[in-house]
Amino acid sequence: MAPTPARAAAAAAHALLRRTRCSAAANRIRPAARDFYSAPAGAAEPQGAPANVAGVKLGDDELDVAIVGGGMVGLAVACALSNMPLTKHLRVAIIDSNPALKSRGYLKKDGVPDSRVSTVTPATISFFRDIGAWEHILQQRHAFFGKMQVWDYTGLGYTRYNARDVCKEYLGCVVENKVLCNSLLLRLQEQKEDIQKMIYPTRLVSLAFPSKSRQGTAGLKSPSTEADSTGHTSEALRRSNLVKLDLSDGQTLYSKLVIGADGSKSNVRRTVGIKTSGWSYPQSAIICTVEHIAENDTAWQRFLPSGPIALLPVGDNFSNIVWTMSPEEASHHKSTSPEEFLKSVNHALDFGHGPHPNSSSLDRYMERLFSGIGDTAASTQECFEVPPKAIGLISDRMAFPLSLMHSHDYVSKGLALVGDAAHTVHPLAGQGVNLGFGDAAALANVISEGVSVGADIGDLSLLSRYEKDRKAANIAMAAVLDGFQKMYSVDFGPLNVLRAAAFHGAQFISPLKKNIISYAMGDRKSPLFS
Amino acid sequence: MLHRVAPSLRRALASSTALLRGAPLPSPHAQWRPCASAAASASSSSLPPPPPQGPPRHGGGGSSTSSLNPAEVAKFASIAETWWDSQGPFKPLHLMNPARLSFIRSTLCRHFRRDPYSAKPLEGLKLIDVGCGGGILSEPLARMGATVTGIDAGDENIKIAHIHAASDPTTASIEYCCTTAEDLVKENRQFDAVISLEVIEHVDNPLEFCKSLSALTVPNGATVLSTINRSMRAYATAIIGAEYILRLLPIGTHEWSKLVTPEELVLALQRASISVEEMSGFVYNPFTQGWSLSDDISINYIAYGIKKSETPSTISQ
Repeated sequence: MAPTPARAAAAAAHALLRRTRCSAAANRIRPAARDFYSAPAGAAEPQGAPANVAGVKLGDDELDVAIVGGGMVGLAVACALSNMPLTKHLRVAIIDSNPALKSRGYLKKDGVPDSRVSTVTPATISFFRDIGAWEHILQQRHAFFGKMQVWDYTGLGYTRYNARDVCKEYLGCVVENKVLCNSLLLRLQEQKEDIQKMIYPTRLVSLAFPSKSRQGTAGLKSPSTEADSTGHTSEALRRSNLVKLDLSDGQTLYSKLVIGADGSKSNVRRTVGIKTSGWSYPQSAIICTVEHIAENDTAWQRFLPSGPIALLPVGDNFSNIVWTMSPEEASHHKSTSPEEFLKSVNHALDFGHGPHPNSSSLDRYMERLFSGIGDTAASTQECFEVPPKAIGLISDRMAFPLSLMHSHDYVSKGLALVGDAAHTVHPLAGQGVNLGFGDAAALANVISEGVSVGADIGDLSLLSRYEKDRKAANIAMAAVLDGFQKMYSVDFGPLNVLRAAAFHGAQFISPLKKNIISYAMGDRKSPLFS
Repeated sequence: MLHRVAPSLRRALASSTALLRGAPLPSPHAQWRPCASAAASASSSSLPPPPPQGPPRHGGGGSSTSSLNPAEVAKFASIAETWWDSQGPFKPLHLMNPARLSFIRSTLCRHFRRDPYSAKPLEGLKLIDVGCGGGILSEPLARMGATVTGIDAGDENIKIAHIHAASDPTTASIEYCCTTAEDLVKENRQFDAVISLEVIEHVDNPLEFCKSLSALTVPNGATVLSTINRSMRAYATAIIGAEYILRLLPIGTHEWSKLVTPEELVLALQRASISVEEMSGFVYNPFTQGWSLSDDISINYIAYGIKKSETPSTISQ
């Protein structure tokens, strides 16, 4: 008899367990960070970060996140953090002496487009939409393009890509860098009233990280002498566990996490001593803006013996030229007269170095063969086109050396690197800054997940999740681009034919073409296997 | 079903029902380590006197009623210094922490009707972390806004926890005490939520422990417990795998016979007036080295229950 009450209770317990196990699955919270939560545009709440934490008054120089570098990627991190509900309250500061960070209104659309532009992929566009900055870009100069043509000087093959191949409206958008920065700044201004206090117009001089003594125990003495009520000593104890930043104007800041977004020659990376791998390409890139008679709606790229030349629409009748060549040729082209330069540009895009490619009956056969697999991509039908002539050079020519660089570590305790500070790639596919924006999104996500489980945001195991996420993607992209760069820099008969075969394949095999486009647009993690 | 019940729990259940009918108590077994409650010892003289309590504990009350085993406490005292070394012997706990916290966060937000998108959802709630160790759980809870009290029977653990928490203003307000749940019950302290993770498999009398946790919870408050299931899979992975093969935990950390199955836990909590509302398991992904919540409760699991609002019936006395 004794077991009966227990058995009845046990039966009830079993039933309860079955119920609760089902409900547990449905009720588990997904970390809110997975969906970027944008506050409605009209509801700009005042964002004074609480200066009182657990009854302790924090100094103005004690921060949660210090972003060193207020360029596109640094501003993107700040914007993403201020947009997500879990990280809105974090005390963020941006350290950058660039005076452009004071701009407040929209940049005018009339006027010469800057020659520093970036091609943003749809993945980046949706990131910007999520953080609420894209609507500002739409109010300033920008150029969507839906078509792309890639060919080389041998005349043996070409590829055309069309956004409609993957049922999208555009392949990407070309935006001036200053417009990107300005839009992020404007969005930040909407989110935070005291944006002036957030931006420190100075440079970073040195960084000091807390020593490891907090990890171990350094003797089991009780902390009662340190953490007592006199503000001075508890403040010192607090600060000894934060990263110390010394600025060039003499101020000192303390922060839980430092984000290095200060470009390829990152001061932060060098101060911490993170090693990098990479090599300089024996190439420099010349960039400038040219004008056409009519609007350009296609992105053109032609691989020449010494490097690719790209013609990207930037809006109205203007296009941006990115011409990669050896450093000697670059300095030569930089110093010729504008008319001479224009002639060489048109020559390079047209009949320079080799004939126009055209398709053959073999291509038609291949196209029919692969048309059974899924829908045919629209651009397999398109013929080769000659790019529009440039009729005027309207900006100065600038030249930059190119290199591949990748940091061994993206993170350490209290530190994370994003964007060019962590990696640089060849510009031949316009991916560089998009990798940086991917870093910004991933880091903001990871910080938000950390806050949701009450973690210390400078904790290495939390930041390592960001590194794991992004390193694989960045290395893969850098490898693909480096592969392209190597493949196209050699003029060798059999290799030319191989490249031509690749072109024909990419042009006429629809499934492969769609994979390539999706990868380049950021919708896919790998070009061949998903 | 009863044959799967752990010996101590089974005996406690049998004795409580036997008391009800006035039948004589079964003779004590060599394995019985009673944490005799005052009522039981008073009602029967055939119980053996309580065994010596082992080395005296620092701080806390000197009372003999406790469900703790000094040998278990000593297991953790010897490696106390490595609590916050995320690559040390406590690495599995550090890895598991985010998953446990996300369960606690979601259940407590729902229980107390808090906004799950708030950065400090537990603001204003009094929580207690029973068996806090070095404070691995207490500190994130404090960062989530709760007023946290952490208790542990090991003095070294409390010292480490205090030192580590002192440097961050959000965690410096955590109250750490070297005491036991039973002693706190005597002080009549109550908390909005009582959390005791990975402790019940180390106590001598899980039923008494659950009753203490229940007494610490305000009526309609929340209780969260996590432990390891007493299953063959758990033996293979958590004991053989983790302790002997991979050496992630010191050998002897877990004794299979003291593990508690979900059914036993639910039963014990029901007897302590806590009704289990949700339960979830954890699975470990060796590739990402991360834990995630899952429906699989065959190895690690966590349970959330609500303390009944009426006073507990005397049947469990």
